[in-house]
Amino acid sequence: MQITIQTTPEDHRIARLAAFAIGLSVMEAVIPSPLPGIKPGLANIVTLLVLERFGLSAAVWISLLRVVAGSLILGTFLSPSFVLSFSGAAASLAALALARHLPRSWFGAVSLSIIAAFVHIAGQMAVVYLWLIPHVGILYLAPIFAAAALLFGTVNGLITAKLLAESENAISARAPLPQP
Amino acid sequence: MRVGDWLVLLLGVIATVWLFATLWQGHAADKAVVRSGGKIVAELSLSENRSYLAHGPLGASRIEIHNRRARVAEDPSPRQYCVKQGWLSQAGEAALCLPNQISLELTGAKKLYDSLSY
Repeated sequence: MQITIQTTPEDHRIARLAAFAIGLSVMEAVIPSPLPGIKPGLANIVTLLVLERFGLSAAVWISLLRVVAGSLILGTFLSPSFVLSFSGAAASLAALALARHLPRSWFGAVSLSIIAAFVHIAGQMAVVYLWLIPHVGILYLAPIFAAAALLFGTVNGLITAKLLAESENAISARAPLPQP
Repeated sequence: MRVGDWLVLLLGVIATVWLFATLWQGHAADKAVVRSGGKIVAELSLSENRSYLAHGPLGASRIEIHNRRARVAEDPSPRQYCVKQGWLSQAGEAALCLPNQISLELTGAKKLYDSLSY
């Protein structure tokens, strides 16, 4: 017996972009970090690009697929670090869902990226405080996390804005992603 | 970068600087607690310059308070660790004089550490 799952071109596109995001998060998992939780979050570039091109639901799919499949590859599925990346992704998606309604002639990808980065780390710190380390001592790390969010949020946003501007038609159902 | 992007970036910088400024300042102490053999023998306010003699098994240790800081100025213990520690100014800081069993601990509205072990 053979089971065939009907797929749409939309499904294929999401799978392809999610694979790209997963690749980026696995790649950056090998970069040594001075503090757990500080990493560039390159996969968020994919999330932002998808949000701008294909809308919110595609961005949610790709972000959550990236978290789940990325954790399976890295062996952190259902571990605290999985819960943290899930809560960070969920928090920043919620923020992006609101922030994408900002007037677009004023606020571009850089704004979205910075907002998402700050909300991402705020959501993670809330989970760390409520679940893992219920001690105000973790607040001493908040300024470092905020500085990292500011830096990487800005850089990722600039990369996203450049990719969007450079390749108005590069991402579509037909064409592959622009090569980095 | 659009106008709003600069605005968001500026807000981000302000938020980060504010977090550093508020969360990374030490918490000032307001009282020095002196213990001998684990029992509190004196609670000295830091707002008043004075010195205090605490008596332990080896003799007297002299605690000195000056300019909202406190130190163990003299102690009969052989290694003098607590004297060498110098001035303490933050809540939660402590100096232990062993084997004379005298300890000096600063307390404030908010403690920097719950506990310290050496």
